[in-house]
This record gives sequence, structure tokens and C-alpha cells, in this order.
Amino acid sequence: MMTDIAPLQSSIMVAIAAADGLDALESVRVAALGKQGSVSALLKTLGTMSAEQRQVQGPAINGLRETVAAALAGRKIELESAAQNIKLATERLDMTLPADQAPRGSVHPISQVMDELAEIFADMGFSVATGPEIESEWANFDALNIPATHPARAMHDTFYMGDNHRSPDGGRMLLRTHTSPVQIRTMQAVAARSNGAGEPIRIIAPGRVYRSDSDATHTPMFHQVEGLVIDRGIHMGQLKWTLETFLKAFFERDDIVLRLRPSYFPFTEPSAEVDVGYVQEKGRRVVGGSGDAPDHAWMELLGSGMVHRNVIANCGLDPDEWQGFAFGVGVDRLAMLKYGMDDLRVFFDGDLRWLKHYGFSALSVPTLSGGISA
Amino acid sequence: MKITLGWLKEHLDTTAGVDEVVARLNRIGLEVEGVEDPAARLVGFRVARVLSAAPHPGADKLQVLSVDAGGGPVQVVCGAPNARAGLIGVFGQAGAVVPSNGMELRVAAIRGVTSNGMMCSSRELELGDDHGGIIELPDDAPVGQAFADYAGASDPVIDISITPNRQDCMGVRGIARDLAAAGLGRLKPLLPRHGADAAYAPLAEALTALADEAAMPPCAIAIRTDDPEGCPAFWGRTIHGVTNGASPAWIQRRLNAVGQRSISALVDITNFVMLDLGRPSHAYDLAQLHGAVNARKALDGEAVIALDGKHYTLSDRMTVIADAHGVHDIAGIKGGEHSGCSDATSDVLLEVAYFTPENIAMTGQALSLTSDARSRFERGVDPAFLDDAITIITALIIAHCGGTASTITRAGAPPLGIKMVAYDPTLCASLGGIDVAEGRQRTILESLGFTIASVRAEEGQSAREAPSRSTLRETASTGSAVPQGERPPGIIWAVTVPSWRRDIDGPADLVEEVTRIIGFDHIVSVPLPRAPGVAKPTATADQMTERKLRRAAAMLGLHEAITWSFIPEKEADSVGGGTWRESSWILANPISEEMKVMRPSLLPGLLSAAARNQARGAPSVRLFEIGRRYLADAERATLALIMAGAKSDRSWAAGKAKAFDAFDAKAAAIALLDAAGAPIDRLMVMGIEDAGGIWHPGQSGTLRLGPKTILAEFGALHPALTRAFDVDGGGVAAQIFLDALPAKRGGGVARDAFSPPPLQSVTRDFAFLVPDTMAAGDLVRVVKGADKAAIVDARLFDRFDGAGVPDGQLSLAVEVTLQPSDKSFTEAEIKAISDKVIAAAAKLGATLRT
Repeated sequence: MMTDIAPLQSSIMVAIAAADGLDALESVRVAALGKQGSVSALLKTLGTMSAEQRQVQGPAINGLRETVAAALAGRKIELESAAQNIKLATERLDMTLPADQAPRGSVHPISQVMDELAEIFADMGFSVATGPEIESEWANFDALNIPATHPARAMHDTFYMGDNHRSPDGGRMLLRTHTSPVQIRTMQAVAARSNGAGEPIRIIAPGRVYRSDSDATHTPMFHQVEGLVIDRGIHMGQLKWTLETFLKAFFERDDIVLRLRPSYFPFTEPSAEVDVGYVQEKGRRVVGGSGDAPDHAWMELLGSGMVHRNVIANCGLDPDEWQGFAFGVGVDRLAMLKYGMDDLRVFFDGDLRWLKHYGFSALSVPTLSGGISA
Repeated sequence: MKITLGWLKEHLDTTAGVDEVVARLNRIGLEVEGVEDPAARLVGFRVARVLSAAPHPGADKLQVLSVDAGGGPVQVVCGAPNARAGLIGVFGQAGAVVPSNGMELRVAAIRGVTSNGMMCSSRELELGDDHGGIIELPDDAPVGQAFADYAGASDPVIDISITPNRQDCMGVRGIARDLAAAGLGRLKPLLPRHGADAAYAPLAEALTALADEAAMPPCAIAIRTDDPEGCPAFWGRTIHGVTNGASPAWIQRRLNAVGQRSISALVDITNFVMLDLGRPSHAYDLAQLHGAVNARKALDGEAVIALDGKHYTLSDRMTVIADAHGVHDIAGIKGGEHSGCSDATSDVLLEVAYFTPENIAMTGQALSLTSDARSRFERGVDPAFLDDAITIITALIIAHCGGTASTITRAGAPPLGIKMVAYDPTLCASLGGIDVAEGRQRTILESLGFTIASVRAEEGQSAREAPSRSTLRETASTGSAVPQGERPPGIIWAVTVPSWRRDIDGPADLVEEVTRIIGFDHIVSVPLPRAPGVAKPTATADQMTERKLRRAAAMLGLHEAITWSFIPEKEADSVGGGTWRESSWILANPISEEMKVMRPSLLPGLLSAAARNQARGAPSVRLFEIGRRYLADAERATLALIMAGAKSDRSWAAGKAKAFDAFDAKAAAIALLDAAGAPIDRLMVMGIEDAGGIWHPGQSGTLRLGPKTILAEFGALHPALTRAFDVDGGGVAAQIFLDALPAKRGGGVARDAFSPPPLQSVTRDFAFLVPDTMAAGDLVRVVKGADKAAIVDARLFDRFDGAGVPDGQLSLAVEVTLQPSDKSFTEAEIKAISDKVIAAAAKLGATLRT
């Protein structure tokens, strides 16, 4: 009997290897393991054997069956794989063909810079305050210590509203010439909710402002950010630190050098104009270093000062208890300096080419951990 | 305000050069806008003598001159009538650039005769208006000398931007005072005055003659002020027998150097004193005045022709100087044409007045009239500087025009109240951020003209304006005198403000005076106190919503634009509905008609931008803006988006380019509302009540939370609107109304426990025949509501009106998702649910398609 097994196994294995398709392989399987199959026939002989014979023949015949079954399975996988490969070969596509892209939008540089400012100042404890752009004369001028006959009013080329609208006090309405009225509204709100007792304030107020001015470097609408800190014992030293810290974070350079110059704004006293050192590189101003360093110069960047006591009093707070500083800076200007635009007017054109060039990806969210210029 | 270094040094004893002066001016708050070297403009111009003059052979009006400019005879063709042999003038050689027109002189043939340069007129060198002939210099002018050197034009001109609070620095002397306080030299006495040359010798003589007022004749004309509110003080005197010719060279040089034209001696002298001492005045031709000269309020509608030749109509709030015949001067702003001094003037009325700053500002603004006098009076000239001023001006007139001065008539009185400020010197550190020793503070304040007395704190606090009749230069101080030196506790300073510093009101002003002179570079940065721990979030919910919306829109492929807040009226018409005009915000003084109305919608700005982009060839425009709509009741935060042109390009996979449709706008609106945190599964789609001219009436809608709360509008734009804006290929748009978005509900950040249903959901499809007027949304809504316990979702997946569907009807197929709770549905249960769905649909007029 043993002699029957070995040749049978050999012949079956040859047949399996020779099977060139799944159908052929199935025929081999039926011939070996099917009901009438050669291996099945051998298995059936086991029942007729004596115990001793079975002890010897059993494992041999079962071994044969297992070997054949394994070989069939292996060959089946081989054949299936080959068949799939042939099918896949027919499915080839030209992967150099263009794929449709989801359209990619962008965030305007002004918005991006405002988000950057909010992030930087949030770390210093400032929240973002807003106010109306159509303001009362009182909030834009009078409350800020700029009476009607003050020469400083003439410096603001103010857009006034037609007479169909008047403020509750009967005054004219106008387009705010600066974001400073938000100072007034913020301090008034604090005075109201604290019954005049006051509380510390740290805000920035970014937004649109308007002046009747239009030339190569001025547009009748532009953006400013106002900063206001009110507390006890605030002085010019903290103003300087705040501006330095902000500008270092914004320009992401530690070598920002500021120069404070005495100036005049009706709503601050003392008042300082702030210059920043820069160097001209490839036709662009690059902020950094002292303006007195070789090849460097100073550029006027922002206005600031200690909030005038009349302004604090106008808002219902006690100027003997509360003092603080305020500053204002052009957001468009900051964006231009940081990101290298050279023309302000294009900011408001909606030119897709410009927006794609200077705009920011939706996912470039300024964060402290990822960087302000994400 | 322009000054020259030489002029400054007439008041300031200093060896500092121009760079040092400029640096110091910037440091103390007198911002230098530029420094100009006038010599640079006069390179190539020399003093020259005309050796001979002969007629031009080819032109009647030209002469051929032989000119010596130090290098021997040169031939020049000249058309000036006064050109003659022996004249000494100014020759511009080839290569020189004429200041008045920027032309470079060249060797050229004029009517066939070679000309090697040009003999110049005053106007060509911008020294005056005279263009009637070439400049004639005195016979002793050194031939060959550079004209810049001869004319003293090598004096650097410093242009200073004077802030509106510093009237005292609108004269050279005030600037000198500030620089002296800042340690850049010593302020010279006002008088006697010493110039660089002997120019002031006649002045000194005249001043001596004026010392004795008793010996003078009385003023020849009555002077009074009937408007003490607008003109509290009017000092005047007549001067008889003057000769009003050209002013002396040194005055002309000063005026020319700072860009003022020389007019005549009388006018130049008043201008010189205004620039030198910050003191405007006015000289009238006495012959043109009749009766008393009076400062009074103008009559409503009264008219005057001013020196600028223009006609001004006045109101009864304006102060004028008038006589019996009418108005001669818009007080403190501009003189009248009629009574101004001319070459023929021989008798003069000199006016030195004090006008109330607020009135001057009001009048100037109302008339839109600016002048050097206005800018000084409206900032407040020194009310204590009338006597000295009228004396100095008179002396200059007598010195250079001759004549006999009368006594001074003093009508009214200037406001000479002495201002006191209680000042605690420690404020310098606690407000200004610089700790300055008290002795140093005292020195600085005193050098600026302040006087200091030490008083007890409570007295100081009550010190306020004390009326005083003190005369010129006398200062008064109140409060108990306390020994100087170390300041004992409870003692502060009572600081008397000099009469010329109207801007100083309180202690903070004194801090600024001290710190600006010390230098703001001494301010040391001090960190703001920082709350312990990680910085707390500061953004409000609205701000976060706006940030999310912005970035979500960019993720949708839209580009953020920022467009003008003001739009043309016709654009407001196109989107504002019929009644926008009464309530809208219209600018009273727009910069142009294109920027006139505060936008009631963001769409016009985006439409215009879309059109501009299409004009530049952009095939596809996707833009959005987040900004405000300016409505009568509020400024409303809004996101608007527009999509125009091709949605997708033609492609190998998808075929033809596709256009945007209203559903693109709807999808964007829903995606944005989702990003903004609105509950989009509860949104209702409804029509637009007033589509106005904005929307396609059949392809637009609103997204609402409840019937009243409109969160968004979307749809295809009305073709008439896109056509009006020149937007091609139609366009779709959406608007999200940020202020309508529901506020986030409170509660913690933890979510409910996750409990997925234990059993799988099953789906069943239903196809209905419905009238073709039925809104699919209504069908889906009733299907979904048919069995609230079992049905968790219903979704329309097919819409068909082809073969087998009767006319006027549609087939709508809905996939319904059923969620079993604790055990699987039996067939009977599913049948029951199906029956409910069919019944609910039937109520709406839908029949199950079989």
C-alpha cells in the first residue's frame, strides 16, 4: 500500500502544478479529493483495515490528503493572483492626467494681521473691543478733548453724514476718523457697570476708519488698531514696554528698536510719536535695528501717550485714581511693512491675483505655539 | 514752520551746527520735516557785470550782451528791457538749473546768435515776483562771486512741523527758547537785538526814539472794540510820512529763505515779525480809512474782498475790523484788498490786536480760509505781548520806511489771567516714567518761562486761574512762600504758566515739559503686570464666530475681499429697495460721487470687484467679504459671498465647464452656518419676501430658524443686477447675517455620554407622485415627522418627471431611515410605519407610486 501513496502524491502534485486555470485546478481537486477521487478512495480503505494496519496507513493517507489540499489551496491563490494581475493590467489609467482640485480660497492680509494682533495682545491680557464706524461728533472729538474750535479738528479730514441723522445729543454724525472713540465707549461701559468706581482695562480696538484723503499713500478708508490700558500707577515706561513687546512679537524679531518723540494729541498728555528703526533692503523697508545704526533710519510708526485726564473724566472715571496709556497704529501699514506690499489702494480692489498672492491659507491661523505668522 | 539756522542764532547763542539743532528739535517734540540747503538750488549762478549791450541783428526786442561773471567776457542774448552796459546782475551759466522752472541752461543759438547762459530775473530765481527785468544788484556787488554766497543763501532752512498746541513755537524766538531749555545754548535777550550784520542798527535808533511816548502826537484815528468777546484788545497807532518801497535786503533774504515772497517794506515787516516772534499784525493804508476803526461783529451777509482778491460773505458770529464805510479786515485772518498798503501809502494805521482763538477757528472753518495769521491767532498768541510787539513793529517801520509814530491807542484789554498749576514733582516718574531730580525739573521749567513757588498741597490744589492786571513780563505767584531746597512732606509746587503757553492746563502738561526736555529716550521699559498662569482667552463669542466664518469661507474656495464702505447712489438704488433713501447714511461731503452712500448691502462692492476681475480675464470669481451693512438702526455684521463665471473648468473627466447655480450658493450658506455653529438640521428654507432687484425671483431663498429669524439669504442674482454691474455669465450669491445667529448655549465643555443605538438602523425607500408645484422640502419634512419615535432621517434621493409620470406631476423618492430601539422591527411594525409615512404624504397631496 505504501508504494501506492508516493506515486499517487507525485502525480497529483504534478497535475496541480500543471493546472493553468481555476477550472483545471478544480478538475484536479475533484479527481483527487472529490467523492470519486483517488485520495478519497484511499481514505475509504481505512475503514476496512485492521487496527494495526490503520495505525500505519492512517497517518500516511491523511498526510497525503493534507498535502494535496494545501497544494491545491496554494495553487489557487497563485492562479487567482495571476488572474487579478491580468485584470488590473487592463485597468491602467494615465496618472499624469490632471485631477480636479477643490478650489482654494484665502484670507485677506488685513484680517490675518488683525488675528495676529488679537493673538499677541491676548497673551498680554488685552481683549478686543469694537464700536460703530458711524459715530457721534461727541465720541469722535469732544470726549477726546478735541472741542469744535480746536485746530486738531482741522487735521482730521472728516466725512460728515447728512442731516437726516443726528446723535441723541443733537450733534452731527460722522465717520470715525480714528478708532479712539472705542476708548470712550469702553471706559464709559466700565464706569457704568462699576457705578463709577472703575476697574482695570486692557483692550485693543481694530477697525475701519475714514478720512477725506486720497492719494498714492492715503485711501479714504483704512484700518487702525487702538490700544488702551487703564489701571492704577500706569506710566510711560509700561507704554514703551507694551509697544516694544507687541512689535517684537508682530515682526518676530528681537532687534526691534523704538524711538519715542514728544508730540501732541489732544487726548493724551504726555504724547509720544513712536519711530522704529529700519533698513532698506532690495527696495523694501525691513524693520529692525536702531535707526541710528549704519545704513538704518527711523520711520514714524504710531502715536501714543498717557490718556488725558479730561478724557478719563469725560467717561465718568476718576482721573486721580485711574491713569493709563493709549496708542494707535495703522493696520494696513503694519501689514505692508511685514508682508511687503507697496501699494495701499490695491488692498480694497478685490483683485483675485493680488488676493492669491498676498492672501493667507484658511488654515494659517496665528497661534502662540505655532507662530504668529503661521 | 520754516526757519533758517542763521535766523535761529539771532535768538539763540549757540555753536551748534545744523545736524545738532535738528536732532535736538526732534528730541524735544519739534519734529523736523526736512532740511534744505538753498545754495544747492543756486549752483551755477554768479554775480556778473554787463560789459556791453548791442542790438540783436535778428530781433528787435533782444540784445546781445557781453557779460563778465569773473571768467572774462561771455556772449549772452537777453530780452530784458533793463539790460544795459554797467548793470550788475545774476548770470546763470550753461548747466545751471533755473529754480523756478527746473530747466537746465544750455549753450544755444537764439535767432542765429550764440547765447552762453542767461541773465536772471527775481522770479526765475524765486526771490520775488518781479519779472519785468533782470535783477539789478548794487554796484559794489563782487563780480564773479557765487550768487548763493552773495545773497546769503547758504543758510540751511529747517522745516519744522509745529503741533497745534505750540503757538509759541510759531515764531523763531519760541523755538530758540525751547532749544535753550534743552541745553543747546542760551536765549539772547529780545532787545537790544544784534543781527549778523549791521541790519539792526537803525532799529536800535528807532527804539530809542520810541521810548518817550509822551513826546508823540496822538493817534490820528479813533480805535475801539465793540466786540470784546471776539476782540478783547485792539492796540493801534498811526505812522505818518512813511515811504513804502522795497524792504531792506536782510528782511527780504529772511523771508525768501523760508519761502515767503517779498511784497513791500510795510507788509514784509509785519510778516517778518510774525515769523520772528509769532506775532501777527496788520498795517492799513490810513488814507483808505474813514471815521473810527472798530472791531465789531460782522452783519449777516456783509461782504468783503480780501487781499487774496476773493469775495467772502460773513456772518454775525465773525469779528471784523471796519470803519464808517465798511469792513476792512476779516479780523485775525485776512486783510481787505481795499485798505492794504501799496507803494503809494504814506500814512499807516498799525493794528496789534488779541483775537479770541475759538472765534478765529470758527470763522476760519466757516470761510474755509487759512492764513498764517489765523493759524497763530486760533492757537492763541501771547496776550501779554502787545506793547512790546507794537513797539518793535513800529521801530522797524520807522527804521526802514521813515515816518513819525503816534501814541498807542489801547482799546480793550487782553485776557491776562495768570494760570497756576499745582504740581507734585513725583508725578514726573509716576506718569512720565522718568525719575528726574527735583532741582533739574525746576531748572527746566524755569528755563521755559515757568515760575515755581512751593506751597502746601491743599493750597496748591485750590490754586486756579487768578485774575491779574500784571503787565508785560511781570509774573505773579500766589500761595504762601515756603523756603526752597529739600521739599518737605505735604509741600508741592505752585507753578505759574508763562503767558505764551496757553496749552499748559494741568500737571500732566508739566510732566511732558520736563520729560520732553530730558528726552523720551530716558524712559525705561517696565513690563505690564501679568496675571499668573496661562493667558486667559479674551475673544468674545461673536468674534470667534466671525473668525470661524472667515476661515470656513476661505476653505470653501472663496477669497476674502475688503471693499469700500461707501458706494455710489445708483448702486445703493440697485440693492436698497425702494425706500432706502430716507433712512440711509449719505455723506454730506463725499470725496466723490462714487463714494457717497454707506452701503446697505455688501453685494455692490463684491459685484464691482467681480466685474473688475472678469475684465482682467478671470474665468471664475469666488469672493467674500465680512463687514458691516449700515442701516438706519444699526451697523450689522454681515458675510456676503459671490460666485460668478465658471464653477469648474472644462475637463477631460467632466466635460464642459460648469456654471454656478443657486444650489452652490445654498450649499455655501449652509456650510458657513454650520461653521458658525448654527443648528443646520433645524434650518427652514423659505422664500424671500422682498427679493427687490437683488435676487432671481424663482431661484433664491432664505435659511431661517423659525419663520421670523432669517440667518441667510442665497440664490441666483437677478440678471438685471449682474448686467448693471457688468458681471458676465450670471452669478450667485449668499449673505449670512451674523447678528441673527443664535448665541451659543451655556453649559460645560463635557459632552453627553456616548451611547450608540444597540441595533442597526434599516432603510426603506418610498416613491411618491406629487403635483409639480409641491416643494420637495415639505414632502421630506412630513415624511420625517410621520413617526417621530422610529424615523430618524428622511432624505430625498430622486426627482423624476419623465416617462410614466403624468403631466403636471413629479416623482419624488425619499429614503427613510428607521431606528429600532430595544428589539428589531417586525414586518408588521415596519408595515405600520410605512402606512404612517404614506398617510402623512397623502395629506400633502402625494400618492405612493406603485
